Amino acid sequence: MRRYPIAAAAVLWMAAWPNFAQEGGGAPTVKAKAQNVPDIPFESAPNFLKMPPNLYLGEGIGVATNSKGHIFVYTRSQATRLFEFDAKGNYLREIGEGLYGFVFAHAVRVDSEDNIWAVDEGSNMVIKFNPEGRVMMVLGRRPEAVEAMPMPPMTGIPPAEPYLFNRPTDVAWDASGNIFVSDGYGNSRVAKYDKNGRFLKTVGSRGAAAGQLNLPHTIAADKQGNIYVGDRSNSRIQVFDNDLNLKTIYDQVGAPWAVCITPGPHQYLYSSNSNPDNNNSQIMAVTGEIYKMELDGTILGKFGKPGKQLGEFSTVHEIDCRNENELLVSEITAWRVQKLTLHPAGAAAKSSGRLP
Amino acid sequence: MRRMSQCLLAALLGAGSLAAQSAAPEIAYDSTPSLLKLPEHIYLGEAAGVATNSKGNVLVYTRTGGGNATLGGSRTFTHGGSRLFEFDRNGKFVREIGQGLYGFLFAQSVRVDSKDNIWVVDRGSNMVIKFDPEGHVLMTLSRKPESVGDAGRGGGGRAGRGTGAGVPGDNFVRPTDVAWDAAGNIFVSDGYGNSRVAKMDSNGKYLKSWGTHGSQPGQFDTPLSIATDTAGNVYVADHGNKRIQVFGNEGEYKTQYTDVGAPWAICISPGPHQYLYSSNSNDTGNLDNGEIYKMELDGKVLGKFGSAGKLMKEFGTVNEIDCRNPNELYVGELTNWRVQKLVLRPAR
Repeated sequence: MRRYPIAAAAVLWMAAWPNFAQEGGGAPTVKAKAQNVPDIPFESAPNFLKMPPNLYLGEGIGVATNSKGHIFVYTRSQATRLFEFDAKGNYLREIGEGLYGFVFAHAVRVDSEDNIWAVDEGSNMVIKFNPEGRVMMVLGRRPEAVEAMPMPPMTGIPPAEPYLFNRPTDVAWDASGNIFVSDGYGNSRVAKYDKNGRFLKTVGSRGAAAGQLNLPHTIAADKQGNIYVGDRSNSRIQVFDNDLNLKTIYDQVGAPWAVCITPGPHQYLYSSNSNPDNNNSQIMAVTGEIYKMELDGTILGKFGKPGKQLGEFSTVHEIDCRNENELLVSEITAWRVQKLTLHPAGAAAKSSGRLP
Repeated sequence: MRRMSQCLLAALLGAGSLAAQSAAPEIAYDSTPSLLKLPEHIYLGEAAGVATNSKGNVLVYTRTGGGNATLGGSRTFTHGGSRLFEFDRNGKFVREIGQGLYGFLFAQSVRVDSKDNIWVVDRGSNMVIKFDPEGHVLMTLSRKPESVGDAGRGGGGRAGRGTGAGVPGDNFVRPTDVAWDAAGNIFVSDGYGNSRVAKMDSNGKYLKSWGTHGSQPGQFDTPLSIATDTAGNVYVADHGNKRIQVFGNEGEYKTQYTDVGAPWAICISPGPHQYLYSSNSNDTGNLDNGEIYKMELDGKVLGKFGSAGKLMKEFGTVNEIDCRNPNELYVGELTNWRVQKLVLRPAR
């Protein structure tokens, strides 16, 4: 359990001294956050999700939409639960009530065939549901509870095994259905599986050098099958090709808690430099914004700041950007999901906002 | 005696037995798609146990929900975490049995006896629970540990894995499976904690137990599954020792079969000509092995089928096999969270 304070300290340290260059052979420099990034105007829809009586969201951990615009929310409630809403925010149903793999929510994503994938940090599992909400495949395995004894203190991180995760965080797919899992808080790697769940390869070890990972917290794929990993505690997005070879690093957008890539012919990358969930007001002063980027890393704009009001962010944990200008964000410390409508400026403003 | 010498020969010819393993003919088979129809809000987790009754109804004992811990004044108490479902022969959901039962913590196996009584083995509560066909509790063996701190000690079973002989009562330490002979005597493989087989009479009165932890004949390393033939012989899947051990009705060692991998689940079909099935299941952390063997009771391998994977017809750690019909098997899988019905087409 030593990793908690270390990770927390790293986040604090990087956020407080963003200009501090990291040392070490081959280690990338942690650059200052981009300056003079244009603000993108936006608004948040009031009273968006309509909860039935006696049903509550807890920490808003995961949010995703399917092709019909239905919204899936994966939340840490008294139990971890998965809810489905229609596009207008009306409650439809619960999926996976009492599921063996629902222990501590971390992310939910919907693939191109509207299958729903839940990533559970507590059960160490990735669970694929079909659109009807039935379990189609599971990856990883929940540790057996029969010993029913507290785990001994961790003295080190055991090596990552092909078919077992250690507090995984997120999932993505390429066009041929290969599965990429960011794994996670315990392991420091990305694992690749074929569409049938057979292990193919893995990349990453804990560290700050290029290609190493320190809390891979979020993951997304573009149409070419490149993999974008939010390397949160290293405050950078690392981009890998489909075979998990490192291509490039974007390190001017703070600590990427949540990334997503829009569909369509021109894809954009969103990344949230979320305010940490410890409610530290000093850190909150320099975090909380979401960046809009080209896939090549060019920063197009940013929006948002920490806070508890509508249109402010309380530790954004997942972003859905199926619609480029209509984002859904789930927030840990505000126990909610917001629907954001962006109003990016026209082409002229966009080009003037580009950074060299 | 002839069987013994055959076994000795097989043991001497290690390479020969390996050859037998790879040379076993493949048995063609299909898996029935969309087998179990689950009602809304009912989900299978790890499908640890599956069994059929005489009507062909399918019982599934699954690890689901989250086990809950309740903080007491000075101790922590666990409850929940496993459920027992019944389906008809077409896979239609019939009912849940034992909802909220005190002994349902961590599903391990379910078996149905000749009178259609349903027996559940729970590795978390250390209990074997007998239900009548209507689903009422008829008998319990062993005792659930009172609180979390007691779990490893098995609620009174003082033997751990070190010696593994268990106490001469009926308390189990993480038991795995149950079987009966024609007289109704009960045999429990026990298990992950102890390394023994316990025998009780049909009324649950303790008779004897045999086995300690080890690799000698008559010793066990994680006995995971147990079955009996019509003559009352007892077959034990001695998983850690990669062998099936066969005992007489009083626990006297008879022989062992060492050419079918690490047996995880075994079953013996009824009828005049009985067959023994044994699954060399993949470990929960990989997709290696996974094939199921069909054997004569004397250990002769007739064929094998299947391998580990996540698709239909592939297996994700088969934890129990039902072979009431020798060519229509049900398998419960841990890591695929499902039950498959396999229709075999063995060559004639």
